[in-house]
Amino acid sequence: MSNIEIACHNISKNFSGKNIFENLSFKISSGKSLSIVGRNGSGKSTLIKIIANLIHPTKGELNIQENNSNISKENWYLKMGLLSPYLNLYDELTGYENLDFFYNLKSSGSIKSKENIDSLLYEVKLYDKRNEYLKNYSSGMKQRLKLAFAITSKPEILLMDEPRSNLDKSGVEIVNKIALRQKDNGILIIATNDEDDKQLCDGSINMENFK
Amino acid sequence: MPKLFRTSILIFKKDLKSELRTRYVINSLLMFVLVTVSIIKFALGDEKVDNEILTGLLWIVIFFSASNGLSRTFVKEEEKETSSALKLSADSSSVIIGKLIFNLVLTYALNLLILVLFILITDYQIKNFTGFLLTFIIGNLGLVSASTIIAAIISKANSKGTLYPVLSFPVLIPLLITAINATKLASIGISTDKLLGEFQILISYSIVVIVASLMLFKYVWED
Repeated sequence: MSNIEIACHNISKNFSGKNIFENLSFKISSGKSLSIVGRNGSGKSTLIKIIANLIHPTKGELNIQENNSNISKENWYLKMGLLSPYLNLYDELTGYENLDFFYNLKSSGSIKSKENIDSLLYEVKLYDKRNEYLKNYSSGMKQRLKLAFAITSKPEILLMDEPRSNLDKSGVEIVNKIALRQKDNGILIIATNDEDDKQLCDGSINMENFK
Repeated sequence: MPKLFRTSILIFKKDLKSELRTRYVINSLLMFVLVTVSIIKFALGDEKVDNEILTGLLWIVIFFSASNGLSRTFVKEEEKETSSALKLSADSSSVIIGKLIFNLVLTYALNLLILVLFILITDYQIKNFTGFLLTFIIGNLGLVSASTIIAAIISKANSKGTLYPVLSFPVLIPLLITAINATKLASIGISTDKLLGEFQILISYSIVVIVASLMLFKYVWED
């Protein structure tokens, strides 16, 4: 199995001149997990977006290495899964069609996807609802499908932003199971203020320390 | 099949399926075309109008229906917050090519309807059909290529609706002037070989815009 490392060096982010955080550095490698904590507006989601390469830091450097060689930024997406409140799937597609589309995109349509998607849907307990349009899903069901989306390609890096949002007890158990499995197979980073989420992680970054 | 082509086709198929289910763009464009063509009919009445003027009117309808519909493909991804999922699943080149193919299919289908309606209500004569068809195909390729990258740019802005015609018009001027001229010449019966100069300009324009889009899109797409 490949060894992945995320190295974040002195990164800062500001929006329209307003400083969100500055000089944040950390390193994390395969088999480790990290929680990002801090009050609302402290920059937890912003940091997750930077790691996911959805936005760029204002200053500083972020590198991802696989077996000690840098992965080009354009290819980071192949290593990542993201569960987040600001990431939506397609309302006009069914649960199955959503996962099928994203699974095929990541595997470039070269792998037979049906068995894998079915097993993902079983795992998040949405198999019976697989042929319903997403617009008819409840917010908890949407969160479960987003969870399945995040792990569609068995990512080496799993980023979760407030993973328990809208989930019932059974949904929370699924999150815990997936988080624990990810810790064994790759990198897990959770942005949260939930004590149970923090307990899942080995280390923690408090965003309040980077103002 | 190369990876880039496979993923682009997947994005095109997803957009087509979404569009056929939601009619997000098709319904508004159909209404726009019907209203515009009806206004032209009311304005012209039974008057006999030169092909030169009719060609100009035809391209006005084509330009504004494109500016009304083609921007939606990216705007929708931003408004519905689905762009992050797409960014985490495909490389930027696949996204722009997939969206370009979708816009091309939409534009050709729509413009075919515009043309039929236009001929029916205005008695528009096309004497060199081959020349007209080639201009129509290549002209729309250029129009869609430029419109797609502009749509990606404006999807990041706050005033999406008003920005599109403002940004696209200067970029499209060379294409529109050439396409209108070639359409006019074909409609009055000038032979296809005499339109080769116009075709060269239209093809060069399309190639330049598509290559520039492929090079620049990742900077637009990656915030």
